[in-house]
Amino acid sequence: MKLTGSENKKLMIEGLWNNNPVFKQVLGICSTLAVTNLVLNTMVMCMALVFTLSLSAATVSILRNLTPHNIRMMVETLIIAFYVIIVDVLLKAYWPEMSGNLGPYVGLIITNCIVMGRCEAYGNTNPPGKAFMDGLFNALGYSFVLLIVATFRELFGMGTFLGLAMPYFSGPYWDKWIIMVMPPGAFFMLGIVVWVFRSIQAVREEKSS
Amino acid sequence: MNETSQLSYAFVVFISAIFTQNILLSYFLGLCPFIGVSREVKTSFGLGLAVIFVMTTTSVLNWVAYHVVLEPLGLQFFRFIMFIIIIAAFVQFVEMVIERYSPFLYQRLGVFLPLITVNCAILGVSLFMVIRNYSFLVTVGYGLGSGIGWFLAIMAMSGIRQRLANERIARGLQGPGITLIIAGLMALAFIGFTGVLQGN
Repeated sequence: MKLTGSENKKLMIEGLWNNNPVFKQVLGICSTLAVTNLVLNTMVMCMALVFTLSLSAATVSILRNLTPHNIRMMVETLIIAFYVIIVDVLLKAYWPEMSGNLGPYVGLIITNCIVMGRCEAYGNTNPPGKAFMDGLFNALGYSFVLLIVATFRELFGMGTFLGLAMPYFSGPYWDKWIIMVMPPGAFFMLGIVVWVFRSIQAVREEKSS
Repeated sequence: MNETSQLSYAFVVFISAIFTQNILLSYFLGLCPFIGVSREVKTSFGLGLAVIFVMTTTSVLNWVAYHVVLEPLGLQFFRFIMFIIIIAAFVQFVEMVIERYSPFLYQRLGVFLPLITVNCAILGVSLFMVIRNYSFLVTVGYGLGSGIGWFLAIMAMSGIRQRLANERIARGLQGPGITLIIAGLMALAFIGFTGVLQGN
């Protein structure tokens, strides 16, 4: 079937903002939060997630009429694992350094709740095209929030962005916040981002009602 | 390495998995149930116990599967699927067994078991054990230690959240926001354990 523009737009707004995986649903941060200390690592992880989520949602949706109901979860997991293995093998072959940096976290996309969540909540009941778009925008909504977290962590913690020294932050006037590179920094930063976005959402809802 | 040094290494890994390298607070694994289910001490207790049990046994099972089956065959890339299947099958099996033999235990843990299959911490422990090339004994220590570490973290969190229930919290910060900030403070506290073990 063909997707109309307005439907796409609706899916986009839902995934990126109204129902954002990170600050609204709070799902699936586990596998990516750990690599947010560097923007580059986060980007690669997010790209892997976009690939896995959109394609596995589409695949689940194609097979939705063929899968018996009671083994649905198992089939979904296998589909997701299939795409994750592709990502893992490709990374190992063409970018072994990055593969080493990410460690087990690429594999952990399999148990990332947001992938399973979207397959279950949307892919299962909707046609492939729509499921693909839904997966794509959810993954993008997820990525942009985590990239914000990563940007601040790298900037405050190391004074760099994508490995390049930033003017003020790498200079002598900026005392580097080591805590931002360590695990607590990720929790604090994500907490603050969730706070800010949720507050904006709340204000908007008040205005519109 | 000989038997005794293996044992002491396993012990070191065990302790460090609980405190200095807590699977939740320094590797961010198992965050979803940690944020979703930590509202009450009682439920966290049940979930925590189930995690300790499943984590220890599946890491051991996965070690055997990886080193006995996958490695000789050269099918290492297949480990993700293998681990997931083993974890899911094991959880299903345990659910059936305790439903049959111990209704009491089933009542306490039953509802949490299906949740565990998708807990990233369980798969994470198995993947870490492969990457770090742990031996069998060390894997046992690592699985058990990580489970206990996760249990401790979620118990502490649910205790704090129960007290917070009646506090007034800024609107955008309610729920996940404040939980993440508290987790950050907890992680900060756990950093204090660094240096308990030398050379780790």
